[in-house]
Amino acid sequence: MNWLLDLTADEWNAVRLSIKVATVAMLFSLPPGILIALVLARGKFWGKTLLNGLVHLPLILPPVVTGYLLLLTFGRRGPAGAFLAEHFGIVFSFRWTGAALACGIMGFPLMVRAIRLSIEAVDRRIEAAAGTLGANPLLVFATITLPLILPGLIAGAILSFAKAMGEFGATITFVSNIPNETQTLPSAIYTFTQVPGGDEGALRLTLISIVISMAALVASEVLARRVGRRIDIE
Amino acid sequence: MSVVVDISHRLGDFGIDARFESAGHLTALFGPSGSGKTTLINLIAGLIRPDKGRIAIDGRVLVDTASGIFVPKHRRRIGMVFQDARLFPHMSVASNLRYGRWFTPTAERYADFNAVVDLLGIGPLLERRPAKLSGGEKQRVAIGRALLASPKLLLMDEPLASLDDARKAEILPYIERLRDETKLPIVYVSHSIAEVARLASDVVVLAQGKVAAAGPTAAIMQRLDLLPAEERGEGGAVLDTAVLRHDKTFGMSVLGSAAGEIRVPLLAMTVGAPVRIRIRARDVMIATEQPTGLSALNILPGTIVAIAPGEGPAVEVGIDCNGATILARITEQSRQALKLRLGRKVFAVIKTVSFDRANTGAGLPSEADG
Repeated sequence: MNWLLDLTADEWNAVRLSIKVATVAMLFSLPPGILIALVLARGKFWGKTLLNGLVHLPLILPPVVTGYLLLLTFGRRGPAGAFLAEHFGIVFSFRWTGAALACGIMGFPLMVRAIRLSIEAVDRRIEAAAGTLGANPLLVFATITLPLILPGLIAGAILSFAKAMGEFGATITFVSNIPNETQTLPSAIYTFTQVPGGDEGALRLTLISIVISMAALVASEVLARRVGRRIDIE
Repeated sequence: MSVVVDISHRLGDFGIDARFESAGHLTALFGPSGSGKTTLINLIAGLIRPDKGRIAIDGRVLVDTASGIFVPKHRRRIGMVFQDARLFPHMSVASNLRYGRWFTPTAERYADFNAVVDLLGIGPLLERRPAKLSGGEKQRVAIGRALLASPKLLLMDEPLASLDDARKAEILPYIERLRDETKLPIVYVSHSIAEVARLASDVVVLAQGKVAAAGPTAAIMQRLDLLPAEERGEGGAVLDTAVLRHDKTFGMSVLGSAAGEIRVPLLAMTVGAPVRIRIRARDVMIATEQPTGLSALNILPGTIVAIAPGEGPAVEVGIDCNGATILARITEQSRQALKLRLGRKVFAVIKTVSFDRANTGAGLPSEADG
C-alpha cells in the first residue's frame, strides 16, 4: 500500500492538476452545453445540421487535429488567443487553463448528447401547463425543465469529467507536457513510459487513474438514482 | 363576465372558423372529436397563436391580430385543466398546488389554499407525489392547481374523458361545487352529452371547426339534430327543478318542475335544493289518454308542439308541458297509429328508474333562483 501512495511531488501534482483541469473543464462546459443541447433539441433553424456536426467534430477528429486547431486559434498568435490575452488577460497556451480548454472541448460532444437526449424526453405539455399558471419561459425552464433534465445533466457532467481525466492527444498537442503546469495524469504516465525504470511510476499513476474514474462513475450513479427517485416519473 | 371569441385558424387540412360570445356561468364547448373544441380552448389559453381573429374576456383583449395584440399565455391569468392532468412529476401535490401562486400578483390572489383543498377533498394527498395518485385524484389536484393561480377564467379540456365511470362520478360533484360555490366563469370542453347537460349553463356546439349552434343548455339539448347520430338517444329535455320532498318509504325524491312533479330515485339532497335532470328522449313514452294501470310514475300532461323526423324509424316529438318542453323519441308507426299531430293534447310518460346518476345532478342555483 505504501508503494502505491508513496508518490513523488511531481506525481502528486499530476493527480491534483488532472482533477483540477477535469473539474474546471466540466463546470465551464455546463452552461454552453445546456444552451447548445437546448438549441439542438428544440430549435428549428437553418444550419442546425451544421451546428450538430460542429459540436460532434472533436469526437470524430483525431485528438491531435483538435489540439492543433486549438493551438492555431487559441495560441499566443492565434486570433482568439491574442484577443483574449490582450483584452482579458486570459492565456491558454502552455498553461493549465489551456489543458482545461482542450479537455472541455473534447468532452463537449459527450456532454451535449446526454443533455440533449434528456431535454428531448421532457414532456413539453407539462411546460405549457406551467405557462398557463403564470410562469414566463425563463421561469418554466428553471422550475420545470431544469429539474426534469437533472439526471441527464449529471450524466453529461460526469461523461465530460471522465473524458477530461483521460484526455491526452489534444492536451499534449495544445499545451505540451510541462510538469506542474500542463502535465496531467495521462501525460505523466506517458512520460514514465518514455524513461528507463519508469514502469513503477506508470503503474502507480495508472491505478490512481482507475480509482478516480471509478469513483466519479459510482458517484454519478448514486446521484442519478437519488435524483431519479425524487423525480419519480411514472 | 363575457367571453368573446371570433377566430379563424388553419392546422394542416383542418380549419377552424369559430365565432361565439358567452356570458354564461359554465359554457360548454360541445362537439364530436375532431370538431375543433380543443384547438379553440388552446387558442383561448394562448397555447396556439391564431392566424386571424380576436379574443376578449370581460373587455380585456387577449388576441387581436388586426392590431397585433397577442398576450402570452403566462400573462393571461386563465386557468387550464387538461385532459391528462399534467401535474409536475418532480413536485409534491402541495408544491403543485402552490406553483401558480408564486406568479400571481399579491393584490390579485383571491384563492385560499385551505378553501380550495377542502372544496376538492385533496387534503390527505398533499404530501404525495403525482405518480402515486389515481386518475381521479390527479384530476382534482390539477383543478386545484389551476384555481390557486387565482385565474379570471377557468378552461377545462375534457377533464373527465380519460377516466372510467366510477372516477367520473367521483369528480362531477366537485365540478358542480366549483361552478356553484365560486364566481369563477368556466369554459368546459366535452363530447359527452351527459356531462354537458349536467354541468353547463350555456352550450356552444361545434362541428367541423364551425359553431353549429349556441344558447342556453335546455334549448340546445332539445335540438337532437345537433347531436351525433349514435348519441341522439342521449339528448332530450334538461329541466331545472327543486327537491319538494323525500319519500323514504319507497326510496324516492319528488322534484317540483314547471311540467309538474317528477319522481326520481332518492337523492342525497336537502328539500329545496336545486336539481337538474335530463330526460332522455328515448326514455319518454306518449299516451293519448291519461293512462291507468301503468307502472310508470311520472305522467305529465302537455301539448305537442313539434314533430321532426329522426333517423331510421324514429320521429322526435316535442311536448310542451306547462312551459317546459319534453322530448320524446318514438317510432313513426306509433305516431301514425296514435294520430299524433301538432296541437294535440297528450301525456308524457317517464319511468322513475330511468333517472340515474348520469342524468341527475346538482342544479345551477342562479338559474333555479331566477
